[in-house]
Amino acid sequence: MIPISWYLVFSAALFTIGLFGVLARKNAVAILIGVELMLNAANVNLVAFWRYVTPDAIGGQVFAVIVFAVAAAEVAVGLALIISIYRRRNTIVAEEIDMLKY
Amino acid sequence: MTGIQIIFIIVAVVTLGAGLMSVITRNLVHAALWLVLALLGVAIFFVLLNASFLAVAQVVIYIGAIAILMIFTIMLTRRVAVGSADSQLNANWGWAAFIAVALFAGLVWLLSGWNGFNITAQQMSPRTDTIRQLGTALVSPSAYVIPFEVASILLLAALVGAIVVAWDRKS
Repeated sequence: MIPISWYLVFSAALFTIGLFGVLARKNAVAILIGVELMLNAANVNLVAFWRYVTPDAIGGQVFAVIVFAVAAAEVAVGLALIISIYRRRNTIVAEEIDMLKY
Repeated sequence: MTGIQIIFIIVAVVTLGAGLMSVITRNLVHAALWLVLALLGVAIFFVLLNASFLAVAQVVIYIGAIAILMIFTIMLTRRVAVGSADSQLNANWGWAAFIAVALFAGLVWLLSGWNGFNITAQQMSPRTDTIRQLGTALVSPSAYVIPFEVASILLLAALVGAIVVAWDRKS
């Protein structure tokens, strides 16, 4: 059987990869890709703890479902913002988007 | 080493490699496709963890909706997303890599101090129906109906908000 440590180390690695993407990428869509990787790593942790520590209480899976919903909402609004900024400013490089009103 | 451990290692290596490619590759369309592979790997982990509903939801929501939405956005903003010849990483990527590695080392160090670090899962009886348990818990007033309703309101607000924000007023 697989010990829980494998899942925890895997999700830590996936989380830090996502964090690197968020910190190092220029493009706003690429930053959102990094955020998605981080949310997925958190989900793996939630489900692993549900399966290994409290398999009788379903709370871990419920929390993961809520994270799915929040991720979908975040991506929808985030990509709408990116498209809106692209129409007005013709750029989606995060460093160049530094004005509140154009 | 049992067969399931070999499967775990193969899927973990593929998922982490795809995740790494999705944050460093220069072409953003390729980055989104690598993200799809990483999300698929996470779905396989949900299967290994007996969370069958989450595995299906991962494929339908993440790969079917979120990744496709990202590919659409990348193609709508294609001139700046793909055309530039210079690197897609900003000037501080060295610091970002340092912070990521340091955080990984810190997380592993912190987790290895936990005394349940090497526990294995109890065998789940084949009669346990986790999908039924999950469905009941999501709508039962004594369990998680309030977070479920709040999530539905959040999704509605995000739907309306996305349409309002992305609306092209000029045309």
